[in-house]
Amino acid sequence: MLYREAGQYKTSYAADMAIFPLRQDRIGLAAILAIAFVAIPMTGNQFFLSSVMIPFLVFSLAAVGLNILTGYTGLLSLGTGAFMGVGAYACYKLATAFPDVNILVWILCSGFFAAAIGVIFGLPSLRIKGFYLAVATLAAQFFLQWSFVRIPWLYNYNASGAIEVPTRTLFGLPLTGATASPETRYFALLVIVVALTWIASNLVHGRVGRMWMAVRDMDIAAELMGIRLLHTKLLAFAVSSFFCGVAGACMMFLWYGGGEANDLFNINLSFNILFMVIIGGLGSLIGSFMGAAFISILPTALKFGLPAIGIPIAGATAEHVNLLLVGGLIIFFLIVEPHGLARLWQILKQKLRVWPFPY
Amino acid sequence: MNAPVKIPVGSAPLEREEILLAVENVSLSFGGVKAIQDVSFDVRKGEIRAIIGPNGAGKTSMLNCINGFYHPQQGRITFKGRTRPRMRPHEAASQGVARTFQNVALFKGMSTLDNIMVGRTLKMKEPFFWQLWRHGPAMREEIRHRAVVEDIIDFLQIQHIRRTPVGKLPYGLQKRVELARALAMEPDLLLLDEPMAGMNLEEKEDMCRFILDVNNQFGTTIALIEHDMGVVMDLSDRVVVLEYGRKIADGTPAEVKADSRVIDAYLGVAH
Ligand SMILES: Nc1ncnc2c1ncn2[C@@H]1O[C@H](COP(=O)(O)OP(=O)(O)OP(=O)(O)O)[C@@H](O)[C@H]1O
Ligand SMILES: [Mg+2]
Repeated sequence: MLYREAGQYKTSYAADMAIFPLRQDRIGLAAILAIAFVAIPMTGNQFFLSSVMIPFLVFSLAAVGLNILTGYTGLLSLGTGAFMGVGAYACYKLATAFPDVNILVWILCSGFFAAAIGVIFGLPSLRIKGFYLAVATLAAQFFLQWSFVRIPWLYNYNASGAIEVPTRTLFGLPLTGATASPETRYFALLVIVVALTWIASNLVHGRVGRMWMAVRDMDIAAELMGIRLLHTKLLAFAVSSFFCGVAGACMMFLWYGGGEANDLFNINLSFNILFMVIIGGLGSLIGSFMGAAFISILPTALKFGLPAIGIPIAGATAEHVNLLLVGGLIIFFLIVEPHGLARLWQILKQKLRVWPFPY
Repeated sequence: MNAPVKIPVGSAPLEREEILLAVENVSLSFGGVKAIQDVSFDVRKGEIRAIIGPNGAGKTSMLNCINGFYHPQQGRITFKGRTRPRMRPHEAASQGVARTFQNVALFKGMSTLDNIMVGRTLKMKEPFFWQLWRHGPAMREEIRHRAVVEDIIDFLQIQHIRRTPVGKLPYGLQKRVELARALAMEPDLLLLDEPMAGMNLEEKEDMCRFILDVNNQFGTTIALIEHDMGVVMDLSDRVVVLEYGRKIADGTPAEVKADSRVIDAYLGVAH
């Protein structure tokens, strides 16, 4: 199939403003969705679903969230892990306090709690930016992580000091807890991620997205166009933290099934999501998925993929190779291509469009 | 451009005397630096008003006061009959003041189209809730404003760079996109800070034509800063001359050109 736009005329502004104006892109998207919804559950074994696809989807959602803040609005945050934690703990409290309400409702609602906390820690962003704002969000990371561990009310005074995810069902099938099958969890997660990504895409392609990018690119000019800086930045914090909060709730309820903040929602997680956004591409939703795929799948691919094709590699060596690769790539992308994998993908498409004439 | 180029009649006295903007006894200093000292002038509705003066005279600072970016320590600024002390820039924008910058201040990572669409922000009212879906009211609003933006794109003849990220455009075109973005705000008062700086002759001529057309066709009041005296004389109805933060002359281009203090001030500066 050739990647060409010849013969595809746009007769209205609506068609011209479509998010995927080219037919080939729309077909590609449909194919990806078909693979995700049909092919993977049909062929994928349980290991693939629970160790590759579920982590990938959770990280993608968090990366989309951070990209809204850092990539689109230009506000660097190192508190992603903590905002995800807020989602997880909020979801746990809600799910245990109101066990009759469907768990999916609480997973989505937990995003609002994360959004509120995000707005509070976003308040300094009016006065400070760049490095100093990053340090302020780092303070949020440590403060929230401390709260998760030190406030037993948050984990319902469990002796383990950790969240213990209860069993909840959806249409009679267990969705969370020890008995939930990877297929059910995968489907629920996929629906959440697809729906929220669609909403993120609507936002960034409209007025709100333009306001965010205007603030990122030239805040003085944005203000002189009538954009209120604080409102716009806080909105970015709220939306971003909503996504991270839902991702955190999904991480706890649909992936880990239990755990404690120091292990899960720590600074490592914050950095990992940031690396995904940098490698995938700042200011690109597709990039968020590419970055998440790269960083979350690479360790598994090295550890299990290489031995499978006959290259022996010890677990520890695989981890080191992984760190080296990710570190090297981050330096590469920061220096050579700040727009990450997404831009490389765009360049490739551009080349295909004019192929075989490279002018 | 389809519209005929109107030959400017710079020195013709204006019949409309309605004052849109009045600057009264404004003083502004940064620490010890007195950028503006006791300057008063007014801008009439529908005119092109030039602000000239040597480097560092306080011209840009004056624009910054008018659109609320700086707050003068003394004096007052009345716009559309309302005096507002300590106005924030976004308030100035919502009252109808638009602006271009001496050093282009475009949104570098965005396309020409998106840059100009940002100019429509204040006119777009659909709330956040509808923005979530990109269908229904938000989409209809988006299409309406896209049509307005396309008219501006046609007007300024920048159709071919619609999709180009503005960071990649040559300087002359960037200045034109910045004008387009300001026009998208449908301002009552348009402030242009050296719109022709760094342009070649042809680009300058184009820009002059656009400024005159904006003034003629939309009736937009324009205050512009410019160093090229030829341009100032051709374009403007009245001229304010600043030097070292003080006003040294104010009048029609012919009057100002004959003023001995202006001649003295400009003798020191190579032109
Ligand atoms: N933010 C600021 N802080 C300190 N001093 C400033 C600031 N802005 C302007 N000034 C000073 O105020 C004076 C007037 O500057 P301004 O930029 O208004 O001049 P100008 O007439 O626009 O000059 P040019 O023709 O070079 O653009 C200068 O001495 C400048 O150094
Ligand atoms: Mg200046």
